[in-house]
Amino acid sequence: MGNQSCVKILNEWDIVAARQLGRNVAKELGFGTVDQARITTAISELARNIYLYAGQGQICIEKIYDGGKAGLKIIAADNGPGINDIRQVMEDGFSTSGGLGAGLPGVKRLMDEFDIDSSPGSGTDIIATKWLR
Amino acid sequence: MRIPILKLHDCLLVSIQWELDDQTALQFQEDLLHKIHETSANGVVIDITSIDFIDSFIAKVLGDVISMSKLMGAKVVITGIQPAVAITLIELGIGLEDVLTALDLEKGLEKLQQELGD
Repeated sequence: MGNQSCVKILNEWDIVAARQLGRNVAKELGFGTVDQARITTAISELARNIYLYAGQGQICIEKIYDGGKAGLKIIAADNGPGINDIRQVMEDGFSTSGGLGAGLPGVKRLMDEFDIDSSPGSGTDIIATKWLR
Repeated sequence: MRIPILKLHDCLLVSIQWELDDQTALQFQEDLLHKIHETSANGVVIDITSIDFIDSFIAKVLGDVISMSKLMGAKVVITGIQPAVAITLIELGIGLEDVLTALDLEKGLEKLQQELGD
């Protein structure tokens, strides 16, 4: 699909590559500096989660159009250990890594829409969207 | 690439000019502490005017280096936090509450002098 580009997350340099890709797409779509920072930060957090918890996975950035609206969709997918208790990781202040990663509630606040699908043993898929206002 | 650390009287000046990757951030942490030790500096200003986003990792490295500097007897002021950076940090849930900040380098140096009781 022409509207989607992906970065494989295998090491910490790929986190930089993923957020640069996200920032470029956000700029192309015409997002302002604050939304660009939100999107870049959200991608950085999601990519770091993949690197820390799953070891590897990928981040895809997609331009989406719905009626008259344009938006940017972040798809973070891995085949890592998955999440036992999704409600728990969505609580502010919850961390299993000793303070690295502000966690998923922060990412949810930065974006307009946030969906998580995960179960132990089957990896984690997170989709987060920001709409252009 | 290493972040240059300049000495000005009894202070150190740092201007972070490009997007930080993890290694650069951790290297900077170590370099700054060595430089404080070497120069007996009692104050540090870190200017981040050129930084357009801060994620939780960079925030943690910055917060840690401020605490580490404090342990060594040096106060740190962060200057030049952009509006977009302030907004995303708070939304992310990172307040950096105990950190001294100022709008720009000039005000940061003034604040540092006040803090150091000059």
